[in-house]
Amino acid sequence: MTNYSYGPLLFFAAIGLGFAAFSVVAGALAGPKRYNRAKADAYECGIQPSPHAEGGGRVPIKYYLTAMLFIVFDIESVFLYPFAVAFDRMGLFALIEMVLFILTVFVAYAYVWRRGGLEWD
Amino acid sequence: MNALASVTDNPVADFSDTPWWLSLIKALMLFVFLLLNTLLVIWFERRVIGRMQQRPGPNRTGPFGLLQTLADGVKLALKEDIVPKNADKLMFWLAPAIAGAMAFVSFAIIPLSNEVWMFGHRTPLQLTDTPVATLLVLAVAGVGVYGIVLAGWSSGSTYPLLGGLRSSAQVISYEIAMGLSLVAVFLYSGSMSTSQVVTSQKSLWHVLPMFFSFIVYVITMVGETNRLPFDLAEGEGELTGGFHTEYSSLKFAMFFLGEYVNMFTVSALATTLFLGGWQAPPGFAALGMNGGWWGLLWFFIKLWMFMFFFVWLRGSLPRVRYDQFMRLGWKVLIPLTLAWVVAVAFMRAANNGFLGNGQISLGFTDIRRSLLLVIAAVIIVVFAAAWAFDVRRSRAEAEKAPRQPEEIDPFAGGHPVPPMPGQRLRESRPALTGARTTTDPEEPRG
Repeated sequence: MTNYSYGPLLFFAAIGLGFAAFSVVAGALAGPKRYNRAKADAYECGIQPSPHAEGGGRVPIKYYLTAMLFIVFDIESVFLYPFAVAFDRMGLFALIEMVLFILTVFVAYAYVWRRGGLEWD
Repeated sequence: MNALASVTDNPVADFSDTPWWLSLIKALMLFVFLLLNTLLVIWFERRVIGRMQQRPGPNRTGPFGLLQTLADGVKLALKEDIVPKNADKLMFWLAPAIAGAMAFVSFAIIPLSNEVWMFGHRTPLQLTDTPVATLLVLAVAGVGVYGIVLAGWSSGSTYPLLGGLRSSAQVISYEIAMGLSLVAVFLYSGSMSTSQVVTSQKSLWHVLPMFFSFIVYVITMVGETNRLPFDLAEGEGELTGGFHTEYSSLKFAMFFLGEYVNMFTVSALATTLFLGGWQAPPGFAALGMNGGWWGLLWFFIKLWMFMFFFVWLRGSLPRVRYDQFMRLGWKVLIPLTLAWVVAVAFMRAANNGFLGNGQISLGFTDIRRSLLLVIAAVIIVVFAAAWAFDVRRSRAEAEKAPRQPEEIDPFAGGHPVPPMPGQRLRESRPALTGARTTTDPEEPRG
């Protein structure tokens, strides 16, 4: 028998979302509206805004690499959680398995480090 | 396999006597609690920073300036809500709502205390708990990043785009180290449910056996919430306001609120996982001041200690550079935490008797031989690593330092130069006997 439920979590998320949506809409309704061409421009400390490419422009490749590495390590930690929770029940087998797993990911980590994937200039 | 069937990682907190309407009331109360705390902490931060900088801070609006945050909120609500003409309208509206809403959600699984009587029902002072409660916090933090990325991207402007990218890269990088530092906690408590983790700290708070995890968690929680010294996403000197440069009115307030509620969430998680949650400090439990409504008091005190810590950091540390920040996260925190997880797993295994059952008597207590061996191995590895690090570092420094000549000519550069320590002065040529060089003829003028 489970003595918990996900219901209250949904309540709480709904309250949070409702509050946030209400605030965002209310802010738009409550404030004054005075159109001004300069005001609607992109803000760059008062100088003429630099041309901004459509769709957000191009992004340095470093961020892409960071996101990929994040996925690798996030999955590693997600695999480590069940191991940690079930550790006392699984015995020596879990210990050996996880050390092997961490070593395997560590090889990839060392490779990325040597190839300069972790450098920010 | 029978051992696996008997699941023990379910929450301890018992919600069977909590009807749905009580959950709704608790949800509303928790929401109001968080909002009031946020109003209070912004005032608190400005006052404390003010004191640290030898000025009074806001003290005009209400008693001790307590209503300052409320006044600021009303002022923000009455400001014009500007949507830049380059903006992607839908995302521009959605981003602050995501950032504001997601900050609240994870607080639902934080145990504020154990069971209390409320409206004739015995219910835990916790909205809900699940077997994967802590994982849920990390998941919600992951969704919260969407608010930042979308805000930066949809503004249609250069600074917000850069700020949003930086901020999201920063948050996800530190989330890895944060997630890894929690593995040790789960190893000790055998559960991801927050109420179970608190219960497992009944005799000893996790901060002592897992001090290293605690330090890593505290560093990463500052990085996660984009607070000084890690507030690179809104470094005013380089990016004006970062991802919320183009936001105004209550949309901006949502980001502001989200940041502070996030601070409360990570602090509450640190309290729950490392500082014993709602449990009374040692000594007070014997006085009967533990659990029930007392738990709320202890939780509140521990939570606000972390808030003070955040403010203190902001008052004393300058902002770090982005490459230093990323280097700390990727090259220091992640490998060290991984090594720590392995060490803790070995210690736990030895303690459980997975590595042999031989006992050694230490006079006052018996201890497993394998545990002693593991601890010795960990100490040896740490010293070996420190030694190797020192050797490499001193070699690198020796290579980098320019070799000093033994003897210098004080007038070689045309003007007198004092010798460095350990250098001898060369006897200079007499100044008046035609020492003028011909290699440096005077430029013809005119």
